[in-house]
Amino acid sequence: MTTVSRPTAVPAPSTPDGAGPAGPPAHTPRRRPSLRGDGAWPWLFVTPLVAGVAVFYLWPILQTAGYSLTESGPFGGSTFAGIENYLALFADPRLYLSLANTLLYTGIVLLGIPLAVVLASLLNLPGLRFASLYRVLFFLPYVAMPTAVAMVWRVIFNGDFGLLNFLLGTVGIEGPYWISTPGAAVVAVAIVGLWSSLGFSMIVLAAGLKNIPPELYEAAELDGASRWRQFRAITVPLLTPSIFFVTIITVISSFQLFDLLYAILGSSNPVLPRSMSLVYFFYREGFVDNDKGYAAAIAMVVFLIIGLVTAVQFRLQRRWVHGD
Amino acid sequence: MATESILVPEGARRRGASRRRGSHVVAHVVLGTGGFIMAFPFLWQIIMSLSTNAEVQSVTPVLWPAELQWSNYAEVFDRLPFFDQLQTSVLITVIRTVAQILFCTLAGYAFARMRFRGSGVLLALVLSILMVPSQVYLLSQYQIIQGLGLLDSLGGLVLPGLFSAFGTFLMRTAFLAMPAELEEAARLDGANPFQIFWKIMLPLARPSISVLAITTALWSWNELLWPLVITTFSDRMPLSAGLATLIGDRTTDYPVVMAASLLAMAPILILFIVLQRRVIDGLASSGLK
Repeated sequence: MTTVSRPTAVPAPSTPDGAGPAGPPAHTPRRRPSLRGDGAWPWLFVTPLVAGVAVFYLWPILQTAGYSLTESGPFGGSTFAGIENYLALFADPRLYLSLANTLLYTGIVLLGIPLAVVLASLLNLPGLRFASLYRVLFFLPYVAMPTAVAMVWRVIFNGDFGLLNFLLGTVGIEGPYWISTPGAAVVAVAIVGLWSSLGFSMIVLAAGLKNIPPELYEAAELDGASRWRQFRAITVPLLTPSIFFVTIITVISSFQLFDLLYAILGSSNPVLPRSMSLVYFFYREGFVDNDKGYAAAIAMVVFLIIGLVTAVQFRLQRRWVHGD
Repeated sequence: MATESILVPEGARRRGASRRRGSHVVAHVVLGTGGFIMAFPFLWQIIMSLSTNAEVQSVTPVLWPAELQWSNYAEVFDRLPFFDQLQTSVLITVIRTVAQILFCTLAGYAFARMRFRGSGVLLALVLSILMVPSQVYLLSQYQIIQGLGLLDSLGGLVLPGLFSAFGTFLMRTAFLAMPAELEEAARLDGANPFQIFWKIMLPLARPSISVLAITTALWSWNELLWPLVITTFSDRMPLSAGLATLIGDRTTDYPVVMAASLLAMAPILILFIVLQRRVIDGLASSGLK
């Protein structure tokens, strides 16, 4: 029988530019197909995508930046307004309210990550039966349509006949009117957010766990380290790159909160102005109140906040992410 | 490496295995309870979809309806232009998925494997979008669609989503990792770049293509904000936006809403359950650079 090795394990033996600096060994040498270039072919390949991206993404980004400096007139025209939209926005309590709601939502959804670490390591136990069933159950909410699952959660959170308040009642707690109390509404939406993102974090972390060499556990076992000790001393530190990735993805997607909020609370909910997220605030200004310039300013500020938060995370990463 | 575990004495292995089996009880309790909680909303939704409105609104929960109300499902078709919306959802999903696979593999291949003037700048421009949250381009995309007269049309619903920076990134990464020998052999045989791409490289990129197809299909089927903005007539909406119109009626007929939600989710959930291993592994690996 011959041994089958993964292609990445075998460095390509013959490289024409072998004299050049050697790349990292896991990287397949990238070779230019020919020295003359490929004539018109690359343009045929690239043009459809690049044109689409330029028209529907790059140009809109520039245009939005431009809009944020204009004031929309009542009849659709717009005039240059300088930084007035930004000044008005920074004086607008709704910005801080929607930012606070978004942060509260993000904070609660992030609680799912430690939970996902524990669940993923249980799921990865060697020889665990029903593992693929568990994977499907936990992953189901992630693939389900947010608008559709929102419908059932609306009823579960209902203050009068919801299942949640019934269960809380059996242990003597009187639950709030979740959907119609400003703070509780955000918490309710965040619980659903946690529920729907948990499976994704768990699966990414489980894939990360597969990369931890089993010898480490064997050695630890020989040294008499307890399960808990192994989890803390091996699993968690070696998993930090995956944990970092999942954290970044969770924060970025939580800042985009819209679908669940819109569908769980309902567009005519009187509590919405006090429970809205940043993106809902943007949607309301841009597409309900049709204040294009103001909405564009909100979009730019959200862009800035996400950029800042991500940059801070990458900075902090050096402190706690184990890597080489 | 793998042979080591075979060399471990049988007794030691068995002891290890039995110790592991002991701890599996805890794992099964935790994962079983967790899995039940995760799946419960779907079960509850099924139960409610077969109940009467009075049973749904009963203060003491009715765990199983006195009589299964299958008529709730029939009523969905009176309340929503369901087949129109289903058709729209299917078309959006299929058109976007096919277009993204085509455009992103072509561009990803050129960025990974061909040399041409300005490729670095173009690539950087395309990838820069990955950092920009969607609402930054939403207003302007809406205006472009409006300008083209495509509001409330299938064209308007799919158009910006035909192109994807993420997909280009994914496919470029896939093509970068492939060995160059095959291309070279084909070139010596006189194949042109498109033939090399189409006959040799594309089939090799199948795992990454399926990741792209899965993410695009999921996102297209489930997305709410764009269809909400682009459509106003319910017979032009996809299911995601159509469902949202059912909220906020003063007198909500909960069982019918639940039935409609289940019908709207069903196609993608069934597809997920059929392809579960591929979907989960694909999405998990998309998370590992």
